[in-house]
Amino acid sequence: MSSPHPLTPSPVQEVRERERGDDLQQTPLDARLASVPEEVFRPRPMARALFGLCLAALLFAVLLGVSVGAVSIPVTTVAHLLLARLSPFPATLNYPEMFSTILFDIRLPRVALMGLTGAALSAAGATYQGLFRNPLADPYLVGVASGAGLGATIIISMGLPVTGLGLMAVPVGAFLGGVLTVGLVVMMAQVGRTTPVTTLLLAGVAVGSFATAITTFWMLRSPDGMRRAFSWLLGGYAGGGWQPVWIVLPYLAVGLIVLQLNTRALNVLQLDEEQARQLGLNVNRLKLILVGAATLMTAAAVSFGGLIGFVGLVVPHALRMLGGPDYRRLIPLSALGGAAFLILADLIARTMFAPQELPVGVITALTGAPFFILLLRRLKRSVF
Amino acid sequence: MTTLTLSNLSVGYYGRLVLRDVGLDVRAGEVVALVGPNGAGKSTLVRAVSGVTPISRGMIRLDGADVLRLRTSERARLIAVVPQATHLPEAFTVAEIVMMGRTPHLPLWGGEGRRDCAVAWDAMRRTSVEALAERRVDELSGGERQRAVIARALAQEPRVLLLDEPTAHLDLKHQVAVLELVRSLAHAHGLAVLATLHDLNHAALYADRVALLAGGELRAVGAPADVLTATHLSAAYDLSVSVIPHPTYGTPLVLPDGRG
Repeated sequence: MSSPHPLTPSPVQEVRERERGDDLQQTPLDARLASVPEEVFRPRPMARALFGLCLAALLFAVLLGVSVGAVSIPVTTVAHLLLARLSPFPATLNYPEMFSTILFDIRLPRVALMGLTGAALSAAGATYQGLFRNPLADPYLVGVASGAGLGATIIISMGLPVTGLGLMAVPVGAFLGGVLTVGLVVMMAQVGRTTPVTTLLLAGVAVGSFATAITTFWMLRSPDGMRRAFSWLLGGYAGGGWQPVWIVLPYLAVGLIVLQLNTRALNVLQLDEEQARQLGLNVNRLKLILVGAATLMTAAAVSFGGLIGFVGLVVPHALRMLGGPDYRRLIPLSALGGAAFLILADLIARTMFAPQELPVGVITALTGAPFFILLLRRLKRSVF
Repeated sequence: MTTLTLSNLSVGYYGRLVLRDVGLDVRAGEVVALVGPNGAGKSTLVRAVSGVTPISRGMIRLDGADVLRLRTSERARLIAVVPQATHLPEAFTVAEIVMMGRTPHLPLWGGEGRRDCAVAWDAMRRTSVEALAERRVDELSGGERQRAVIARALAQEPRVLLLDEPTAHLDLKHQVAVLELVRSLAHAHGLAVLATLHDLNHAALYADRVALLAGGELRAVGAPADVLTATHLSAAYDLSVSVIPHPTYGTPLVLPDGRG
């Protein structure tokens, strides 16, 4: 019952349309493939340059971190010792035994743990910023920090010995506290079979506040443990040699792999959930996977390092401003940048008022403030 | 020939039926304009077909297959949606946004291949946004954004294209450009197109068939001249209108009887 279309195109339009139609219909796909400017779809050159920069920054941070300290080890010595340890041939070195001990038993594990912690917090922060579509989100939003704090405080107040298994008790308590809290938050946030980000946020704040309140109450109940708990809450290196490194590493590795596999989906999620669904994504499953991976990484990082703030907020935010919003690059860049950032922050924390060590959370907070003031000025200039 | 068939479709929110027993066909190569007053259920119908809003009763079939039983990614390979007032994250380029249209075709791991780039580029050429490929979406005008989103929908290589108010917030020139594009997508490229339009005269000029929806019910479906009549429209819009033939094209021209 269709009548011929009354809107006859003008002669010019007709020719144009025919040309365009011919061009796109009759040309075989292979010929069209040849004319596609593929570089338009490839990653931006700035992001690639940034990778090199972040790797260099990480290398610099590691070398600086292991050579600077109460006993200063020259960088060349560090290089020799590392190469000697890594090479299969026995080597004779003329350096004092002390250097080797300090490097391999004290400094390197510390730098490694700070690097892993920074990478985990930063990548998790980037993930939450993508999940909530808000550049001010940080990895602690859904309650993992408050939960870990509560877990750690309870364990500390139990007064277990700090050696052997007792050393592991606080991190285990923190990890369990963090993971269980997020699990509770996700359950509370469920609406039918979906997990809306608004309810997730509210539940996170609610449960987080509750956990913090209980933590404070618990701390007041046992004044001896309070100092230790407070110190833990501020974040910093608590010793332990290589053991914490081997424990945190698998969580970081698995978390990063899972996140990286979902980065393209995370990009599409930046539209909005309805559009993402219309483009074929299983949005609910994606959100749960992202929260799960980010929480595991954050809980592991926090369990040994305490509640180090600002790394998960400042590093991804800065890298996004420099390298663009594509999460396929932002996640790995955040991991590299976060590692370098925290290693350097830890270096400052332990050398600034030597021999006293500041909690590293103080240094990261000090970098946070100027960063946000910069953002504020930029915003004022561009919008107002 | 690809046909999208809606039969006895009812959709409700919180105990209230927004769409009641709607039956409609959209065939490949034609543009069906869905018109009607605000709150008639036009957007609801689009969201129901795209799988976002659950339906209470009825069937949505594409070539016989139940659309709502498909996995989200399968449905996205068949049906593409250009929503109303799309939110686009500001820092992405047009090329990156259009490439997101390939999502239902891409495996979980691995990036875009040469064919994906070709399809995305094709889509950008058809919508004339290829020159804007490396521009950020927040630098585009309303008309350019709309065409970029249409390109994204085309990159899905769908058989059915749903557009919700594609001309909202556009000036006259861009409205015409988008409508001509939509028409060519159906006529020259064989898509089945369903578009909700608020402007009845646009529907008369650019659609092959018009479906008039009011109060959740389909009041009339057919050629523009048969649906856009004074009788139908006065009843649907609760407004006195005059319909005269367009001086150049002969299509219905709807004039509300305003001042009195």
